[in-house]
Amino acid sequence: MRVAIVGVGQTPFSRNCGMSIRELCFEAFKDALEDINLTPKEIDASIICSAPEYDKQRSPAGLISEYLGLTPKSTFYAESICSSSSTGVKVGFSFIKSGLHDTVAVIGFQKMSEISSAEVQERMGRGADVQWESPFGTMMPAGYAMYARAHMQKYGTTEEQLAKVKVKSGKYSLLNPLAMYRRAVTLEECLNARAIATPLKLYDCCANADGASCVIMASEEKAKKITDTPVCVAGIGAASDTLSTTNRTNLTGLTCAIEAAKHAYKMARIEPKEVDVAEVHDCFTIAEIMAYENLGFCKPGEGGKLIEESQTYIGGKIPVNVDGGLLSKGHPIGATGGSQIRTIVLQLQGGAGKTQVDGAEVGLVHNIGGIGVYGNVTILRR
Amino acid sequence: MFVSFGKFGKISYISETKVADFVRYLEEGKIMATRCSKCGKLYFPPRADCPDDLSTDMMWEEFSGRCKLLTYTTAHFAPTGFEDDVPYTIALAHCEEGVNAYALLSKDIKENEIYIDMDLQLTPLRLPNGKITYELKKA
Repeated sequence: MRVAIVGVGQTPFSRNCGMSIRELCFEAFKDALEDINLTPKEIDASIICSAPEYDKQRSPAGLISEYLGLTPKSTFYAESICSSSSTGVKVGFSFIKSGLHDTVAVIGFQKMSEISSAEVQERMGRGADVQWESPFGTMMPAGYAMYARAHMQKYGTTEEQLAKVKVKSGKYSLLNPLAMYRRAVTLEECLNARAIATPLKLYDCCANADGASCVIMASEEKAKKITDTPVCVAGIGAASDTLSTTNRTNLTGLTCAIEAAKHAYKMARIEPKEVDVAEVHDCFTIAEIMAYENLGFCKPGEGGKLIEESQTYIGGKIPVNVDGGLLSKGHPIGATGGSQIRTIVLQLQGGAGKTQVDGAEVGLVHNIGGIGVYGNVTILRR
Repeated sequence: MFVSFGKFGKISYISETKVADFVRYLEEGKIMATRCSKCGKLYFPPRADCPDDLSTDMMWEEFSGRCKLLTYTTAHFAPTGFEDDVPYTIALAHCEEGVNAYALLSKDIKENEIYIDMDLQLTPLRLPNGKITYELKKA
């Protein structure tokens, strides 16, 4: 029995959205159920995904399940930081595949503006190994910056190539009404921006945001009754790497992504060249360049060249992040994976509007938690 | 004698660990690693437990601190408590014993002197707030 995605939804990503987390989730849930033949009462289980350090509400799953009218059905919380909702989709897949449930709602959210900037800054310091790395004052951009420096050293990747990832993101952001930053950015603006963690500058980094996403999954049999355009979950891969930077052996690629991709491609029985459109976790520009390589869209070290040659634009070899990616959409941690899946599902249903990749049959989502700690690759097929 | 790990680093987020003696050695000017008595694997930062054979029989061992720079970044934006220190350079170095060390580069090293593969020495450092840590100095 195959597992399908039958509905996807998302709120706009923004700052100070004027909604509480329950209302954000309701908006994404309502959007996912729009135009499909399924009511909340027919959903067998829900998986609620976010990064708990940003929540005021303790144990949000119960609250959100109540607000969405999903009680008394099973609900619980899933977390893998920035890839929480991809983890949720993996669990949902297993529920359906095992026959335990027929329909599952995966709801990802984050309201990062709920806590003060000082509180955010305090939490940022605790993303690394708190015993041996956080005492040195590290944070997310520094972690990815160390990968960028090593990649530049080993392969000759340039700051211009990094900036070109953001230029692409800015171009497509203009076509995504749900993106937080809808603005084209020039190469010069990127290169002249202030340093955050060298070599990464302001436009090399994504921004915190508020938002929610929803993915409704169903068994193949059920899916046919719910929608005329189900999208098949063809491959799921997940892997991990050390949380500490200290114990990493590969500093020019994310081993967790390479491993996750290997599993997902094997399960889907496809090669990287068969992917028509991809969403990758561009929390930083270097992350997108490493993703090209780690997913096999080019050889290791050739990611910089791939963006240089505009091969990841629509019309290129493999269009990547044509919704603007995290760099323009914003990154409401728990909602991000679901938002990426939504983009690919719309592409495969032919509903992506001005960013539609013609004839897209196979799509891929690459969603990473932490500085390459949790790797998740999901392959979807029309 | 009980040693609190809370003395390690500018801000220490934890106080209790089985390897808290690391701080006592650091006060004596020694950088210590642990070695698993069963399989002989060396751990730095020190670990109290070896996952390879589930052994908790670990020995302290002084560590040369001689290493080469693997990668680095100069942070211009810092988490809470480190705001006044920016810019500072976070580095990862590969030690001759085969393990990595994550630490700040000494402020004595100018930005234009930094290059990947440069020789560095992991060295204990007393902080102005009375706490203790280690840093990477020019070898």
